[in-house]
This record gives sequence, structure tokens and C-alpha cells, in this order.
Amino acid sequence: MKLRNLAVAALSALVLALPATMAEAKKVKGEVTNFDFSFQGITGTYDRNQLQRGLQVYHEVCSSCHGLQYVAFRTLSDRNGPELPEDQMRAFAAMYEVWDADLRDWRTAEGPDHFPESQFTGAPDLSLMTKARAGFSGPYGLGINQLMKGIGGPEYVASFLLGYTGEEDFQAGSMFYYNKAYGGWVSMNPVLFDDMVFYEDGTPATMEQMALDVAAFLTWTAEPKMVERKQAGFVGVIFLSVFAALLYLANKQLWAPVKRAAKKD
Amino acid sequence: MSGIPHDHYEPKTNGEKWIHRRLPIVGLIYDTIMIPTPKNLNWMWIWGIVLMFCLILQIVTGIVLAMHYTPHVDFAFASVEHIMRNVNGGHMLRYLHQNGAMLFFLAVYLHMFRGMYYGSYKAPREITWIVGMLIYLLMMATAFMGYVLPWGQMSFWGATVITGLFGAIPGIGEMLQTWLLGGPAVDNAALNRFFSLHYLLPFVILGLVIVHVWAFHTTGNNNPTGVEVRRGSKEEAAKDTLPFWPYFVIKDLFALAVLLALFWALVSFMPNFLGHTDNYIEANPLVTPPEIVPEWYFLPFYAILRAFTSDVWIVIAVNWLTFGIIDATFFGVLAMFGAIFVWALLPWLDTSSVRSGRYRPMFKWWFWLFIVNFVVLTWAGAMPAEGIYTNIALIGTTYWFAYFLVIMPLLGVLEKPLPEPASIEEDFKASVKAKSGNGPSGPSAEPIPAE
Repeated sequence: MKLRNLAVAALSALVLALPATMAEAKKVKGEVTNFDFSFQGITGTYDRNQLQRGLQVYHEVCSSCHGLQYVAFRTLSDRNGPELPEDQMRAFAAMYEVWDADLRDWRTAEGPDHFPESQFTGAPDLSLMTKARAGFSGPYGLGINQLMKGIGGPEYVASFLLGYTGEEDFQAGSMFYYNKAYGGWVSMNPVLFDDMVFYEDGTPATMEQMALDVAAFLTWTAEPKMVERKQAGFVGVIFLSVFAALLYLANKQLWAPVKRAAKKD
Repeated sequence: MSGIPHDHYEPKTNGEKWIHRRLPIVGLIYDTIMIPTPKNLNWMWIWGIVLMFCLILQIVTGIVLAMHYTPHVDFAFASVEHIMRNVNGGHMLRYLHQNGAMLFFLAVYLHMFRGMYYGSYKAPREITWIVGMLIYLLMMATAFMGYVLPWGQMSFWGATVITGLFGAIPGIGEMLQTWLLGGPAVDNAALNRFFSLHYLLPFVILGLVIVHVWAFHTTGNNNPTGVEVRRGSKEEAAKDTLPFWPYFVIKDLFALAVLLALFWALVSFMPNFLGHTDNYIEANPLVTPPEIVPEWYFLPFYAILRAFTSDVWIVIAVNWLTFGIIDATFFGVLAMFGAIFVWALLPWLDTSSVRSGRYRPMFKWWFWLFIVNFVVLTWAGAMPAEGIYTNIALIGTTYWFAYFLVIMPLLGVLEKPLPEPASIEEDFKASVKAKSGNGPSGPSAEPIPAE
């Protein structure tokens, strides 16, 4: 009885939070495809090879306009990330120039330096944007889908990259492009074309493959500690469940004589 | 502490006597945790412990976060990213703090609804209720200012909208708003004072929590029957009560552990589920987000605030009567604060002599309608302020005020209450016997109301 009552309390508590969830779900106006990613679900982890491919796409395509100003090159070697070997990470960083305030000059980037900022004000920082988009919202309410699949940042990024319909519109001196995932006109032109990058690991560089890879990489830049967090989640939930079970038994035993006495007369 | 008669601390050894003569702190702790507590408390009496836990969680995580946070418009957002990426365990700390605020509000609402259903606010517990309402107000202020600190888009625009409410006050509004913000708009001065107050207020809350606990330890806990503990003698009181330690501590800890398992799962597996994703975009005064929505726990009041548009007849009437001083915006502000104010006045608005909703057949319906209305208002607050949504919010707001100002005073007169049990002991025995047929059961006296 006790457990059921508590379950009722917990469930009904959720009800209070529901309306907010429903509002989130309503917000998306574009068409976002519900892609599958390796890091979805409570046990999902990043696919190292995919992150490395995504890094390549970011480096060769996205970085010409967009930045990742909060991401340090050294983190490319972190566990549960792209896990580039140390020397490769340094070599990668060396392809970028950063402004050094002490030297008052540009110099070659090193491990502790960050990726450059976005080049244009209109181009959002991609690590932030991946977190600031909730593309896939699933059925209203309970949040089971969000638990299993996340709130949909990477789905949005991939859908966006694949969402160009080819319609163009020239307005006030600028070209605009229609994007299904955005659900409107955007100033960013379509950037992905089949085989525009060459994957070392032999993966065919189709548009969809590149979009998924870069979406995965950007999710890692947005949530570099996701795997650690989920691991902490398992440890914590198991610990607390065992603790709760012990407390349940302790409580039952503690109250047993009180109830026996109450039943007697 | 006075109240229900029970055994008090007696120092035994010389050392204990030495301390007790100089500082009776052991006695204070003993009397506090051994307080006689009604046997028949059900599972809705766990929220106090949960709230205590939340306050400590927020203070502890908050203090560590403050070590790594920079309250400056140019660095605040970056310092939060730094916490998320570089600080050891920083991502967990921040997600715990962020979601901890939500657990805090969830618990406080359920705690308040519990008090409303079982009449815990009625004499002699009015001060407990009032202090509780003050804590709730401070929680709202603290949460609001804390939400500004990450300096995301929602932080900035939320702060702009909410401080703008003060600007709606006729005459002094703009001056007041400028004074509050330390400038004409939300900027570095505002961020700094919000940070300062966000650090201060939790300790004020802690002080008020002590007063809150002191107050209900003086009057004794309410219980699901609303019948007072018999306090003619120690023996009589002992029939109705059990000491808080260990009986209720273990029970509450069990409930807390179950809740924390769920909370930990939320924090670890879907930490951004209940937050607004726009707050991961740095604040930009030049770009207004398509929708400005507060965190879910403010939504009912946000709905009340926005319910009154200039075409509502009462707004038109008040506007005309005050020669235009009270416009729709200011009316909304008054309604929002008024909604909380009437809630605080509940001990004097409820005229029924019966405490517990269990023995009030008509009250029950109105109460559950209030809960449904609360959820509807939360939902309406999350919707755009247009079309059908403002109408729904207006109906919800009307019911809110009607509940406190009309229904509560009238029910006491119109309602014929059911007979209450003679004592807590009797109620406890009856419920244990009723449940003994279907296996082991907890100390719950009745199925928990499903809020």
C-alpha cells in the first residue's frame, strides 16, 4: 500500500509539471526527422568514429562561418569524446590561428586554446545552438520519448542540414533559402553535397551521413560530459533505490509493534 | 518548547550537566527531534523534510557554483559554460541546482495543497501558515533572480518582463524600476544585485524555516483528521502520538529516498527537459525571443498576470473608476500579487469550524477543482497570450479569487460537516484495522490524495 501511495504521489506530482512540457512540444514549427543516434537513451554513448567524422565535417565545412568558442581543442582528446590521440589533437589545433592578447598578435593554436568564435554575427555558435534547439518532442506530456531520445538538438541540426528544398528568394540584397526543418526562409545556403569530404575510415560521405556525423559531433560539443552524467545517473539511481528499499524495511519493522498494538484492542 | 506534554531532556552525567547549565543546546535538539507527532500522519506529511532537503541542496550546490561563477554581463554566460565543461563535477552541480529549484517548487506546492486540504492553516496555526507564505514569496524571488544569473536569452528577457511589472505601477513605477535595476534597463548593475540577493535570500529563508518549525512545534502538527492531540497528561498524549525520531524520520527518509531516485534520474538522464532551451543562447538585448515564458513553477501566476487585457469588463470598469490610473497591465500586476495575498489570508477567509477536508463533503469538491484549476492555469501560462488562452486564464483566475473570497467564507455556513473521530488514537486504530485485511501497510491513515 505504502509503495502504491508513494507512486501515486510521485506520478501525480509529475502532472503538475506536465503543462510546461506540452508547451515545449508545441513550439516546433518545422519538420524535424526523428533520426536515431548512438547517444540516445539512458545507456547511449557517443560513437568515437562518428565524432571524428563529424569533427572533419565541422572543420572542412561549418567552421568557415560558425564557431565553437567554448570548446577547447584539448577536449578533443577527452575520454567519451572524439578521443583524438594527443599528437593528432595538437596537429589539429595547429590548423587554427587564435588571437593572443599578451602577444597582441595572432599565433598558432595549442591544446588549451578554444575553437574560434563565429565569423559573422548571424552565424550562431554551434555548440550552443545544438543545445538551444529542441527539435524532437515526441508525444505530449509524459516525457518518455525525451528520456529515451533526448530533447532533439541533434535531430534538428541534421534535419536542418538536409532540409533545403531548393527554393530561393532574393530580398533586399540578400539571398534566402527555404528550409523545411526551420519552417521558413534562412540566410544560410545549403552546404552539404554528396562526397564533399573524404572519410579516412571509408564511410561513404553521403549528405545524410555527413549531416548525422556533424550533428553527433555538435551534440558532443554541447554536452561533453553526457556519458559521465549518465554513468553518475546509474550509480545514483541504483544506490538510492537500494537505500530506499532498506529504509522501507526499516520503517516497516519500526512501525510493526505500533500497529500490532493498534490492532489488538 | 511548550505544547504537547512529553519527556524532556534530563542531563545525566556531570559533563552533560555542565554544558546544560551554560548552554541547553542538547536539550533544544532533543526536544525538537523527540516532539510528539500524531500517529496518523499520512504520506502527504513528507514534504516538509523534502523541502528542508531542497533548501540544503540548493545552498550547498549554490555555494560551490558561486565559487566558479562570474557576475558580470561579459563573463556570466561564459563562466556557466566553464562550470559545465571544465569544473570537476560542475555539470552535475549545475544540473542539480537547476533541477533542484524545480523539485523545491514541486514540493512546496504539494506541501501547501496538503495544508489547504487538511486545514493546517486554521487556528492556532495561522502564524505557521503566514511564515510559510513568506518563505514561498522569498523562494519565488530567489528563483527568479537565480534564473537571471546564467545570462541567457530567457534570463535577460524574463528579467526585463518581470521588473517591467514594477514599472507598471502608476506614478512611481518607472523610478522604482530604475532603482531596482540600478539603471534604465537590465544590465550589469542588475545582474550584480541579483547575484548578491540570490546568495543572501536562501539564508533568510533558512531563518524563516526555523521560525516555521518553531511555530508548529509550539502548536503541534496538524493531522489528517484535524482533531487535536489530547494533551491532558503525558500518558494521554502518548496514546495519540509517537516521537518524531525515529518513527517519522525513518518514514520521511524513505519517502525522500524514493523521490531522490526519481530526481536523480531526471538530473542525469534528461536535465534540460523542464528548462527553456533558449537559455543556452547568450543574452542579447537586441533580439527578443519569439516567446518569453517563465519556468513552469511560475506559470499559474504568469497566466493570472496576462489574463486581464484591456477589453475585459472589470478592467474597463476599474480603469474608468480610477480615472485611467489603473490600466490593464497594472491590473494584471495587482491580480497576480493579489492571488498570492488572498492565499496568505486563507486562515481568516475559511469560516468552517471543521479543520480537515476529510469531514467536509462540499469542500472536497471545491478543493479538487482548485487543484485542477491550478494545473489549467499552469498550462494556460505556457500558452501564447492570445485567443482562447486568455479566456481560459481569465476563467481560471476568476475561480482562484472566487475560491478564496466567496467559496471559503460561504462553505463554513452552508456546509454540514461529517462527524469527526473522537481522537487520533481512534482514527489510527480504525485505519490500521481496515488495512490489516490486505497485507502489510504503512502508517497511512487513508489513501493519499492524488495531487
